[in-house]
Amino acid sequence: MTQPMVLAENVHKRFGAVTVLSGIDLEVQAGEVMVIIGPSGSGKTTFLRCINHLEQVNAGRLSVDGELVGYRESNGKLYELRDSEVARKRAEIGMVFQHFNLFPHMTVLQNIVEAPVKVKKVGRPEAERIARELLSKVGLGDRADAYPSQLSGGQKQRVAIARALAMEPKLMLFDEPTSALDPELVGEVLDVMKQLARDGMTMVVVTHEIGFAREVGDKLVFMDGGVVVEAGDPREVLANPQHERTKAFLSKVL
Amino acid sequence: MADWQPSALQLERQAYRRSRTRRSALIAFVSTVVVFAAVAIAVVNSPGWSRTRDSFFDLRTGWHDMPALLRALWTNVQIMLICEVIVLVLATLIAVARTLQGPVFFPLRLLAAAYTDIFRGMPLLIVLFLVGYGLPSLRISALPSSPFILCIIALSLTYTAYVAEVLRAGIQSVHPSQRAAARSLGLTHLQTVRHVVFPQAVRRVLPALLNDFVSLQKDTSLVSIVGVLEVVLRAQNFNSQDYKFVHYVFAGLIFVALTVPLTRLTDWIAARQGWNGTGGGVV
Ligand SMILES: Nc1ncnc2c1ncn2[C@@H]1O[C@H](COP(=O)(O)OP(=O)(O)OP(=O)(O)O)[C@@H](O)[C@H]1O
Ligand SMILES: [Mg+2]
Repeated sequence: MTQPMVLAENVHKRFGAVTVLSGIDLEVQAGEVMVIIGPSGSGKTTFLRCINHLEQVNAGRLSVDGELVGYRESNGKLYELRDSEVARKRAEIGMVFQHFNLFPHMTVLQNIVEAPVKVKKVGRPEAERIARELLSKVGLGDRADAYPSQLSGGQKQRVAIARALAMEPKLMLFDEPTSALDPELVGEVLDVMKQLARDGMTMVVVTHEIGFAREVGDKLVFMDGGVVVEAGDPREVLANPQHERTKAFLSKVL
Repeated sequence: MADWQPSALQLERQAYRRSRTRRSALIAFVSTVVVFAAVAIAVVNSPGWSRTRDSFFDLRTGWHDMPALLRALWTNVQIMLICEVIVLVLATLIAVARTLQGPVFFPLRLLAAAYTDIFRGMPLLIVLFLVGYGLPSLRISALPSSPFILCIIALSLTYTAYVAEVLRAGIQSVHPSQRAAARSLGLTHLQTVRHVVFPQAVRRVLPALLNDFVSLQKDTSLVSIVGVLEVVLRAQNFNSQDYKFVHYVFAGLIFVALTVPLTRLTDWIAARQGWNGTGGGVV
């Protein structure tokens, strides 16, 4: 069996006294699209943030492409990595946020070239060439010099996707990328994501777009209360949920 | 639209508005004249007016000694410019030091916090006395003894604390999601602060920063107490010769003339389009 891109084993995460993740086991193969759904507060965002070590896991193991996230193991003991080492690993994982989080003081182009230039030390002209290519790929070839405040929500999110792709990640994490968008703008962002999936990107997507899960997802995961309640083929799970909690949740979102 | 003609009703409304505008302009003019005249009459008819006028408004004497004041002003300007550079550099370092996370940096954070707390609370006059007279009294030959340098040290110590606090407030006002986005792209903590957080923080606090610099500009007048010959000390020298206060009035006006451009610059920058990342909206 090939090495999974993401492997979560019994992952726990607490914030103070509150346990948010209580034993997550998941596996994402390279090239797979995994969709995570679940009620608010179930820990979906927290799990995504653990994958690129924006949050530290408290127990269990989480690895990306065969390497532990945020830690180094020697003689059976875990040592936390230094800031720069964590940063280097994060650079290989793209993340797209619910509220876009573009840098408001930079133009669209600067937003995209910032990380390749500063982190990967790509030359600026080369980085800008790649950025313009990515922008036309997400349908924004003519907005390179706009500021984020001059864009619509859907355009902002497509810029955010281009910004993440500019680092040539091997894994993309999406945290409810369309839930801050007006209904008529959702489609343009989902289209970009579908194209990305067709191109073979490994993706973990938290979303309530059930249509997207059915069409693009290889695996659907239903989380509730910090555990995976049910996981499987999206069409199966959606048509025939096994657990009461899944049924109750789906009856609300479908 | 070229053949559009205002209706009779609209012409009437326009005439009404014009008459209202004329009326309010007239009221503003008359009330201004009345207020100023009343103040002028009250001042001029006060019992001590003739003595006050000879001392404070002897414009001929003031104008005559003005070049000497302006030459002394050069000292204030030098102190101000040197302090501004030092303050900007040190305050940035301290504000960034206070953002560093992890137990390793605890002593650094503690030092930075203690420094800002002390020097933000200590009156500048006292810092000037302590540095201006305290340091030389140690008789350590490596320490500077020139009052000019000592007062730069004192002013920098105080204003670095103010500016560091302003910058820290700016840094804290940048939403954590901006940091998360930068970190998710692989930027290190320091790269994130430098390229993402700090530029946004500075834009937000720029009016407050310039305000501190206006204040610094004025406070260069306090260094006369450690014997630096600047505008105020110059005015004081003249005053002790002819007992006229007009020199202080002129010195004051010079400071106003110096700070007004900086204040206007602050306003202009704050009002500039897109400054707060809000785009070019009008509200
Ligand atoms: N930094 C934090 N400190 C304390 N509690 C937190 C923190 N971040 C998240 N939580 C808590 O963890 C729980 C799970 O949050 P999380 O954001 O992962 O949920 P979610 O499944 O993404 O929900 P939503 O669908 O609303 O985005 C929530 O109860 C939240 O209050
Ligand atoms: Mg969430």
